[in-house]
Amino acid sequence: MKNFRRDLNIFLRTVRGRSYPRLIGMQREKSWIFFDTFLPLLATTAYVFIYRALNAPPEFTGFVVLGGAMTAYWLNVLWSMATQLYWEKETGNLSLYLIAPTSRMAILLGMALGGMAATTLRAVTVLLLGSLLFDVTFSVENWGALLLVFVLTLVALYGLGMIFASLFLLWGREAWHLAQLFQEPVFLISGFYFPVRNLGFWVSIGASIIPITFGLDAMRQLLYPQAQWGFLDVNIEIAVLALLSVLFLVLAHRMLLWMETLARREGRLTVRGQ
Amino acid sequence: MSQRFAIQTEGLGRVYQLKRKRGETAPKTLVALEGVDSEVKQGELFGLLGPNGAGKTTLIKILTTLLLPTSGRALVDGIDIVQDPQEVRRRINMVSGGETCGYGLLTVEENLWMFTQFYGLTDRVARERINEMLEVVGLSDRRKTKSHFLSTGMKQKMNFARGFLNDPQILFLDEPTLGLDVQTSRVLRDFVKRWVRERPGKTLLLTTHYMAEADELCDRVAIIDKGKILACDTPANLKRRLQRASIFKLQTTPLEMSNRFSDLPGVSKFIEHQRNGHTELNFILENENVLVKILDAVQAGGGHLLSLEKREPTLEDVFIDLVGRGFGDEETPLEVEK
Ligand SMILES: Nc1ncnc2c1ncn2[C@@H]1O[C@H](COP(=O)(O)OP(=O)(O)O)[C@@H](O)[C@H]1O
Ligand SMILES: [Mg+2]
Repeated sequence: MKNFRRDLNIFLRTVRGRSYPRLIGMQREKSWIFFDTFLPLLATTAYVFIYRALNAPPEFTGFVVLGGAMTAYWLNVLWSMATQLYWEKETGNLSLYLIAPTSRMAILLGMALGGMAATTLRAVTVLLLGSLLFDVTFSVENWGALLLVFVLTLVALYGLGMIFASLFLLWGREAWHLAQLFQEPVFLISGFYFPVRNLGFWVSIGASIIPITFGLDAMRQLLYPQAQWGFLDVNIEIAVLALLSVLFLVLAHRMLLWMETLARREGRLTVRGQ
Repeated sequence: MSQRFAIQTEGLGRVYQLKRKRGETAPKTLVALEGVDSEVKQGELFGLLGPNGAGKTTLIKILTTLLLPTSGRALVDGIDIVQDPQEVRRRINMVSGGETCGYGLLTVEENLWMFTQFYGLTDRVARERINEMLEVVGLSDRRKTKSHFLSTGMKQKMNFARGFLNDPQILFLDEPTLGLDVQTSRVLRDFVKRWVRERPGKTLLLTTHYMAEADELCDRVAIIDKGKILACDTPANLKRRLQRASIFKLQTTPLEMSNRFSDLPGVSKFIEHQRNGHTELNFILENENVLVKILDAVQAGGGHLLSLEKREPTLEDVFIDLVGRGFGDEETPLEVEK
């Protein structure tokens, strides 16, 4: 019992400690205003004009703005979360984390929560600016379900990010190209800017491994209950997201332990420039 | 193995698998550490002295749970580093000289605070210890500076401070003064000494390739080369091995026939360096009388004596005596003395 309290204390403090630099550090780096809000907003604007030119129903504007806002999370997972352990290794922090009597998962969780919170600021900025610029209105009926979908999407998404983090650590520089390779296709197949079901059933099912896919689809259905563009029933999508959340977190945990064992055995994974 | 020891190793070894180069079929291995038996007592300031590549960092990594040994076993504070690494981690910390820590966007204070959280310190205790350590390393006036704006030396000082924050039972310092200026090195060494002296039960293992540092700081020194511990004793006892020997340093005009010296009877060890336009010869002689023969040989070789100095033995001489070569070509910074 005493040990449990001690370990819990260290766990929670580690999460807090490791989320801090992401929370504070990211806001101190002012370039985010440009890269993380202006760029998604630009893509969003382009799609808004396309849909307007095509005389699409007005809900499409809100739909695209939501996609733009969620882009911030995807970019954060791919470029910050995934590359984090690799960076920690290169800066020498990784070995300092590993010699501390703390849970490795708490460190990753801290990174994820910090990244999530900092990114939410960006996502909200995109959402507000987009809504103001393009006069978007939503007609939400079920706020609870919307919040649930949002949270589950983030949990699953950052769980995936944690898995990426271990893979990036293992693959080093090559992983960068992989991330680059991932970025654009995911924008396409996850339906950031159009209803995913347009891609056909099997592509959509395949794309659902990226939590953003069902997350966006479900959120859009909940934001515009009367529109008919959902891929699957919201409840099914929620169930899948919940499943992905658990699956990704468990996998991330396993990967991390495996990575540490590998590092201790081979002696290379925590060494800079290897 | 008993609990009186802070660190105990038995036949500890580590073999690295090297990456296969193109065209090579057999996997290559490198023996970084072999059959290391050592015992560091509680309260001791123990030094591991050896040239680059000797295996010092490898040993520290094993003891700090970052690396698994490939043979033998090790106990830290009585706990097996393989069986129960997490328990070991509660009692230790490590600082590698030349390394930094934390994030550039955080201030010095914030970076240090972050690391205290991984040990579960309350904010009050964390603040106290951070203040104390910033005072020690002379960074108090930089506490609000983003670490990004610190000089390399200051970053190293911040990292040094980090090592003490969890008040470890056993602290590992891997070449702590590497690359630091003389004054800063002095400050850190003084603190290290005080830390061990004033806090009963605290143990410190330090690696270095600076002879003078080992000599000045350590209660006991293990001399390590090519993964093996060659000798382990107090600096005074180590030097006493050479008590009866005479140690001379000669500088002459450039000489070429130097290997003839090794053949002279009475020369136990001999090392030669070419330095900006002259030859430096270091001898460990069985007795002083041999010197005459050496001077004759210099003359016969067409050299002129520039200077001659009889020295008290240093740890470097002990090393030369043990392995028959010097500590590599790096200059050992003698300004560290006094
Ligand atoms: N991860 C590694 N993989 C392969 N060889 C290594 C690795 N780490 C160290 N070595 C080799 O092991 C030997 C001992 O290195 P190290 O312990 O760093 O020595 P020191 O700290 O005394 O300079 C060196 O020859 C070094 O090149
Ligand atoms: Mg080293």
